[in-house]
Amino acid sequence: MNKILHKKRLATDVYQMRIAAPLIASERKAGQFVIVQIDSHFGERIPLTIADADTKEGSITLIFQAVGRTTHLLAEKSVGDTVAHVLGPLGTPTHIEKFGRVICVGGGIGVAPLHPIAQAMKAAGNELIIIMGARSKELLILEEEMRKIADELVICTDDGSYGRKGLVTEPLKDFCASAPKPDLAVAIGPPVMMKFCAETTRPFAVKTMVSLNTIMVDGTGMCGGCRVTVGEETKFVCVDGPEFDGHLVDFDNMITRLQAFKPKEDAEHHRCHLEEIAEKSP
Amino acid sequence: MSHPTAEQLYTLAEQQLAALTTPLKPKDRMAIPAQEMPAQDPTLRRENMQEVALGYSEAQAKLEAERCLQCPTKPCIKGCPVGIDIPGFIQKITEGNFADAIGIIRENSLLPAVCGRVCPQETQCQAPCTVGKALKSVDKAVAIGRLERFVADWERENGLIKTPHVKPDTGKKVAIVGSGPASITVAADVRREGHSVTVFEAFHRPGGVLLYGIPEFRLPKAIVDREIEELRAMGVEVITDFVIGRTRRLTDLLKKDGYDALFVGTGAGLPKFMNIEGENLVGVFSANEYLTRANLMKGYDNRAATPIFPSRKVAVLGGGNVAMDAARCALRLGAEEVHLIYRRTEAEMPARVEEIAHAKEEGIQFHLLQNPTRILADERGWVSGMELLQYELGEPDDSGRRRPVPVKGSECEMDVDTVIVAIGNDSNPLIRQTTPGLETSKWGTLVVDETGKTSIDRVFAGGDIVLGAATVILAMGEGRRAAKAINELLARS
Ligand SMILES: Cc1cc2nc3c(=O)[nH]c(=O)nc-3n(C[C@H](O)[C@H](O)[C@H](O)COP(=O)(O)OP(=O)(O)OC[C@H]3O[C@@H](n4cnc5c(N)ncnc54)[C@H](O)[C@@H]3O)c2cc1C
Ligand SMILES: Cc1cc2nc3c(=O)[nH]c(=O)nc-3n(C[C@H](O)[C@H](O)[C@H](O)COP(=O)(O)OP(=O)(O)OC[C@H]3O[C@@H](n4cnc5c(N)ncnc54)[C@H](O)[C@@H]3O)c2cc1C
Ligand code: SF4
Ligand code: SF4
Ligand code: FES
Repeated sequence: MNKILHKKRLATDVYQMRIAAPLIASERKAGQFVIVQIDSHFGERIPLTIADADTKEGSITLIFQAVGRTTHLLAEKSVGDTVAHVLGPLGTPTHIEKFGRVICVGGGIGVAPLHPIAQAMKAAGNELIIIMGARSKELLILEEEMRKIADELVICTDDGSYGRKGLVTEPLKDFCASAPKPDLAVAIGPPVMMKFCAETTRPFAVKTMVSLNTIMVDGTGMCGGCRVTVGEETKFVCVDGPEFDGHLVDFDNMITRLQAFKPKEDAEHHRCHLEEIAEKSP
Repeated sequence: MSHPTAEQLYTLAEQQLAALTTPLKPKDRMAIPAQEMPAQDPTLRRENMQEVALGYSEAQAKLEAERCLQCPTKPCIKGCPVGIDIPGFIQKITEGNFADAIGIIRENSLLPAVCGRVCPQETQCQAPCTVGKALKSVDKAVAIGRLERFVADWERENGLIKTPHVKPDTGKKVAIVGSGPASITVAADVRREGHSVTVFEAFHRPGGVLLYGIPEFRLPKAIVDREIEELRAMGVEVITDFVIGRTRRLTDLLKKDGYDALFVGTGAGLPKFMNIEGENLVGVFSANEYLTRANLMKGYDNRAATPIFPSRKVAVLGGGNVAMDAARCALRLGAEEVHLIYRRTEAEMPARVEEIAHAKEEGIQFHLLQNPTRILADERGWVSGMELLQYELGEPDDSGRRRPVPVKGSECEMDVDTVIVAIGNDSNPLIRQTTPGLETSKWGTLVVDETGKTSIDRVFAGGDIVLGAATVILAMGEGRRAAKAINELLARS
């Protein structure tokens, strides 16, 4: 079960893996994710979006950035290894229909979860504008794939090493201000980016969906660790989401909640690296 | 107060047992001192995760069993939700025939090592006990649960658990959703009849709340694992990482995968919050999250990758078993102070009496007739304290308990850095939302008939998903009932 069939490095610290998971592959829809756990005894359960699926091969594709202990351990696995636990597909699928002109904004690793949604939007007959952003050229992923489906594609880098220099919110604003106005925006990326995308579209009243990446434990609605404030209500990202109306999300609270375990996690991660170095040195 | 060691209690029991002169008259039996459960020293156990209650010795068990009057009307049996022949098994203990004792218990209960530990005996089997009534205290009733635990442990520790006989294959298939006590019971009872059984569990390890909720220091996980092993030995297939409603829909199991009947035992896993200001601050957790991190994800072990929030002063809201477990876990995970805040008085606390006593011994500070009105934040958005309101008891409400009413102007602040909300669970909506035609109550629980059948043909349900958050033994009883109906259905068709 859950054998790694393919592995590729897409950018610095960003990996793509195809994993055998036939049932998840056949049930999953755009916008859904899995919970992955590498070690049955002491491992952590982490959520990763299903970036793609192949029902014939019975596989799902994950694209992840090695940021901490679990993602690093996953990155160290090779083709032929297995991932101990993969649970899914979780979350409510993206609502796909023909909206008209849809603008998809992806930042950093957020381009990975955005891709299946953009694909589905295109397939539903929407006109598709894609804005992709990264800190620099080396960190940009899935350009080819996105170019294939976009009617118009804009790339931004923070340092100007590729495409337009600047943040994704700038072209987003331009598109909102020019006719015809987009009928829907979908923004996925770091929470700060999603927050500012929502702020950008708000004055133009362009409905903006965001996909939230809160901390999760079970992923089935049992623990409430993933909760966010949306409008006046508390929602569980793993079952009610991960997508919500960006104009209603309390991003500041969400960003603060993401920090809850940061001191501990950074210490763990640091320890991990030290061990790695220690192992490599004679 | 000095804490008696297990050795002291064991030696004392030897002496008391040797001093008994037979035949015993009822008066003599009533004079035998109720046997105290040996426990780890409170100052030591608050630093470790090992089991708190250490179990009776043989002498203690025999002595405690001699306290039973063998009442002809057997009032205790009516207090046990699964009707165990209590005087019957106790009689066998007095004879030193532990094998027959556990045999009698097993006729009605599948999980004696679990129930002996976690049943709220003081409101169930021990409540109507004649000895307790005569001595005017339920604490002095015959310790039925502890005796049950003793023989169950004796059986397990001596490697005497026998895998139940399974009838020849019938070719019929049953799927079970969830792996808590209700599901474990159904799996065993249905498999015994020769039907093929598959258990689907969302988590990476089977056992339900017994595993992720109730902590190791109250119910060692090895006991739960042992029960699951037993199911596997009977030929039950247990599939983890499989969430019904998402990986596969409930109705697809019937329509596409060829199962002849289903049992839904998905529990009450939807945490309630108080809906007060500040509840989404960093440092506020549901008890489910806190306990899952601590137990299932092994947060108490420094090899675990799942982090535990670093707490100094913890407040736990609630007065049930879940609240006690969360409070005692927080203490063991390094909190300096743990405060338990409950709206009513100790008499109304739904937790097991033994857990309340253990929590107090360990230094959990109880704040009764108080309730938070809001949670306060520091400049970073992390919990810095709580505003509490005092209550007093007013008129009795529908449940007959006196209703707590707030005392005007009694707000005060308490400084804490962590708040754990343990005020109960509703049912998880996943199955309901993904299964059209499945009838539910207004509380979200599944509606079943007297055999445990839901509104969908061939689909049965039981345990917390039907009862709302209840108990292990009730979940097991419901499982028994549904298994019987499933077996009858499969015998007919
Ligand atoms: C629905 C959902 C879908 C996701 N999809 C993807 C994906 O497709 N690809 C991908 O690379 N990542 C994705 N993430 C984020 C991913 O889950 C985290 O990067 C991962 O949990 C980090 O685990 P770790 O043990 O490697 O790092 P940790 O050591 O746990 O954390 C490292 C750092 O990341 C932060 N962090 C921890 N958990 C999260 C989180 N859930 N989200 C954001 N930051 C976090 C920590 O505060 C810390 O600073 C998704 C998250 C959610 C909720
Ligand atoms: C902290 C705590 C302490 C407790 N203490 C006591 C006590 O001392 N005494 C006592 O008698 N009772 C106690 N209880 C209550 C008792 O544990 C429950 O009543 C009992 O476990 C209910 O059993 P169940 O079989 O209905 O479901 P659960 O034990 O809740 O098991 C349900 C299982 O189903 C799985 N599941 C849910 N949805 C799906 C799905 N869609 N697909 C696949 N799997 C799914 C869950 O992951 C879970 O493993 C306590 C409960 C808690 C939370
Ligand atoms: S199963 Fe529970 S209620 Fe029944 S006799 Fe045993 S401890 Fe008492
Ligand atoms: S009621 Fe008490 S004394 Fe009487 S038979 Fe039951 S356990 Fe024994
Ligand atoms: S991750 Fe536990 S409720 Fe969402």
